[in-house]
Amino acid sequence: MNLTREEEKMLNGEFGQGTQSAIELLVAIGDAYDAEQMIPITRAHAASSGQEGDLYFVELLANGGAKCRVPTSTNPVYDIKFFHKLYKVPSYEAEVAQRVMEAYKRVGAILSWSCIPYLSENIPLFGEAVAFSESSATPYVNSVIGATTNREAAQSALAAGVVGKTPKYGLHIKENRKGTVLIKVEAALKDSFDYTLLGQFIGKRIGFGIPVLIGIMRRPSTEELINFCAMSNTSGAVPMFYIPGFTVEAQTVKEAFQGDKPNDKIIVTDAELKRMWDELQTASGKIDFVMLGCPHYTLKQVAEAAKLLERKKIHRGVSFWICTSATTKTLAKIMGYVDAIENAGGSVVIDTCIDEPCWSMYKDKVGMTDSPKCAYYRRFKDVVVAGLEDCVEAAVKGKYE
Amino acid sequence: MKNEEIRLKCHKIVGGYGEGKALVSHEPICFYLTDPKTGIVREKDHELLGKNLANTVLVFPSGKASSVVQIDGLFKLASHNLAPSAMIVKDIETVLIVSAVIAKVPLVDRLEKDPFQVIHTGDRVKVDAEKGTVTVRSYVPQS
Repeated sequence: MNLTREEEKMLNGEFGQGTQSAIELLVAIGDAYDAEQMIPITRAHAASSGQEGDLYFVELLANGGAKCRVPTSTNPVYDIKFFHKLYKVPSYEAEVAQRVMEAYKRVGAILSWSCIPYLSENIPLFGEAVAFSESSATPYVNSVIGATTNREAAQSALAAGVVGKTPKYGLHIKENRKGTVLIKVEAALKDSFDYTLLGQFIGKRIGFGIPVLIGIMRRPSTEELINFCAMSNTSGAVPMFYIPGFTVEAQTVKEAFQGDKPNDKIIVTDAELKRMWDELQTASGKIDFVMLGCPHYTLKQVAEAAKLLERKKIHRGVSFWICTSATTKTLAKIMGYVDAIENAGGSVVIDTCIDEPCWSMYKDKVGMTDSPKCAYYRRFKDVVVAGLEDCVEAAVKGKYE
Repeated sequence: MKNEEIRLKCHKIVGGYGEGKALVSHEPICFYLTDPKTGIVREKDHELLGKNLANTVLVFPSGKASSVVQIDGLFKLASHNLAPSAMIVKDIETVLIVSAVIAKVPLVDRLEKDPFQVIHTGDRVKVDAEKGTVTVRSYVPQS
């Protein structure tokens, strides 16, 4: 890579060890991709987590005195004090989470602890070069907003936030933003859960690629797009997609493929989505908990859950959780949604997500969720996956049939 | 039949040297879905379900799954000395590079021949990322 004099100085340690470790990682990535130079970024999102791999790197930077040079938001971890009120979080895990949160504070990150910062706390503009990790964030930022980001790791995004730059490779280059697979959607796509299943199907089917979707008649909602992004980039590696007419960058299919032919054509019908759903089920009958908000629920989704719980009581054998950001919960509280959910026996919890170790109290329990990610990582004994309405109904009855 | 050894050029992503028995996966891999205390793949419906990644030369098309868990998965395997001794991949991506940098596992791509044609599970493979070479000695079962 051709580095500027300032970048050379960073690499030589003249800006401190933390910045040096950050730029070392970026140079390794740049070399792997034969990038010729670094480009400035305007913002970053580090998919922080209360886990060991994350702790190692953020402490390496924080202890080396690094500070973020551009706004850099953070992903859910968990608030130990809150969870200690519920049960005893194993002390080693609690220590990891606490140290991670402190280290992100020390590097000067925005302490959003949200996996959808692109809606509130750290919003890219069209055409900005950014470094956004987190499964839903990368494709959302590329496709829905039209900023450019690679499928970053927490560590490469944090390193980019510290250096204020990223190697010029991958999706920062127009030719690489070309569609690879044509997806003809024949499924009806009724609601946001169908978009979840569509994402699950496409990620699983294509693995690594940029799908171009045709046949979608109705403009997808923000939540439908978030779910599609999260699942296609979890069951596969899908950093970007096109729905010509609804996403910003290509107005036509031809433009999305930059004049080339697709490598493959895939048809998705309701039968495929039904099969995806069936594959996700591992249990039915009695449930112990319901967990929603992976990705974090938006204000609209919290409102929907509150409405569904009106004049209802959650079964006493069931715990009911909605994960969201501090920003969303603040507004949801003002609007009365939080009280409505709490009055029904549920809880709205901030700064954390389904996939954090804080939920180990449920590891031998049967849960229910609207997010296949929750089932996929197998933190729990069994997980039933269904849409929000089914989850609320099961929470009230204490069982799913 | 004689054991043939072939040497192929490759492109270094993460430096170092590693050798071991090849373990070939035609499906993308999520390191989080392995048991960090044994190295055994526990992903439902995966072609490597029940196979052990520890100290193998892992050949696979690409990584997958959320960036958060992928790195933690490989980091945990490495901290128990159960990571693959080297990795040969077809489609690189940033998350996988960072995982390998942090777990200190040699990683190469751009083999001069299709790795899925020339490497089979059980072959003895040496990956010298610094020199940019992969050596394959094919495994011939004793009859």
